[in-house]
Amino acid sequence: MTAAIATERLTKEYDGRRVVDGLDLRIPAGSVYGFLGRNGAGKSTTIKMLMGMVRPSFGRIELLGHDLAALPMEAKGRIAYLAEGHPLYGWMTIAEAARFAGAFHPGRWDRAMFERVLDHFELSGRAKIRRLSNGQRANVALALAIAPDPDLLVLDDPTLGLDTVARHDFLLSMIHLVQRRGRTILFSSHILADVERVADRIGVLVNGVLRVDCPTDRFKEAVSRVVLEFAGEPPAFPGCRGLVQAWQVGRRLELVVVDFGPEQQAAVEALGPKSWDVAGLNLEDAFVAYTRGPRRSLPLLGGVADEAAEGSDDRGAA
Amino acid sequence: MQFEIDGMSRLPIYRQLVEQVREGIARGGVKPGEQLPSVRQLSRDLVVNPNTVARAYTELEREGLLANRPGRGVFVAEPRGELTEEARRRRLTEGVDRLLTEAVHLGFSKAEVARLVAERSREFRWGPDKPSSKGEEGRP
Repeated sequence: MTAAIATERLTKEYDGRRVVDGLDLRIPAGSVYGFLGRNGAGKSTTIKMLMGMVRPSFGRIELLGHDLAALPMEAKGRIAYLAEGHPLYGWMTIAEAARFAGAFHPGRWDRAMFERVLDHFELSGRAKIRRLSNGQRANVALALAIAPDPDLLVLDDPTLGLDTVARHDFLLSMIHLVQRRGRTILFSSHILADVERVADRIGVLVNGVLRVDCPTDRFKEAVSRVVLEFAGEPPAFPGCRGLVQAWQVGRRLELVVVDFGPEQQAAVEALGPKSWDVAGLNLEDAFVAYTRGPRRSLPLLGGVADEAAEGSDDRGAA
Repeated sequence: MQFEIDGMSRLPIYRQLVEQVREGIARGGVKPGEQLPSVRQLSRDLVVNPNTVARAYTELEREGLLANRPGRGVFVAEPRGELTEEARRRRLTEGVDRLLTEAVHLGFSKAEVARLVAERSREFRWGPDKPSSKGEEGRP
């Protein structure tokens, strides 16, 4: 499968501190990629590098099969970007903003589609942008981003500050866009429930390192919580492959583990607990477990070792 | 048929959809021959990635519960007697054993479980009674 976005050891340093550290991103064409991480994890910096607004300290970026440094005009016209906070010129009317944005996508601007989106949100082209609500601005920004019918759409936290209904409408617009074949979307977000609905793949950035990169279902199914009950004081957990976190709560030892299997079961049983149990996690809890606590030894989920498992997932989704 | 996505669930969304269709058929809420919404439609209704819906439908087709008639849509399949008596029995036994294990751990008595099973059975749509081919196994 061709990649709409591919990076190779993409790195950004500010004052000797690595904000983005050796990112090998590969986003298949036609997928919706949810880009996750806590504040300051490096998401926005990564997105700005992808859009050519921040120069990488190191590494390569390819968009739609072209090196970013030599991106032809034709390819630029097929990429749309929605910056954080929907920055728009307040003095323009919606129609003026459309003419302005359309100039960046010569020959691709779909006026009818733009009008349809405006109609859907009951917005008039004559309305001044500075008089719009946050939700309305977000919808205008989205309409502007999808009017050139982009092959690649990059959205930096697009639903930030929107109320529930506006968010729902926004996600629905994203679904409409995905249903046109081959469109690729990368969006960052903090709302895990949205990500789970809309994204078929997710990436989790922890301190500038991509710790998770796999289908959304795979992440949810792979991460589980194991609870061990002891008669007395629990022993320290010696660790096992795939261990994300271990902590003690009274007479219980709680673990979060990736791909719990016979090997991890043996490690658990070796401690001789009175009883133990494995349960799944919802996406939010899995994300919290993954992004909190000691980070040096976090297991990587996805990447090359996972290729075989992902292959079968992709077939199921086709 | 009403679908519902639970964002707090531990089940991936495609599994939630699979379970809802399975249960809908078993309870008689959807009947063989009935049409389900297209992938496109359901994806919009639920605001869910179309690949996720497609994955659920593919899985249900593989299980023989749904039939995809190209150009016409997705339908609830007629029950197919593809599995042998023995395979069906084995599959059900596994499920029953899981249920009984849970019941023992939760501290229910045998009689309580039997009563609960009888009570819940009324909520489902059953096939016609068949004369038992092997008779009771005569376990104590």
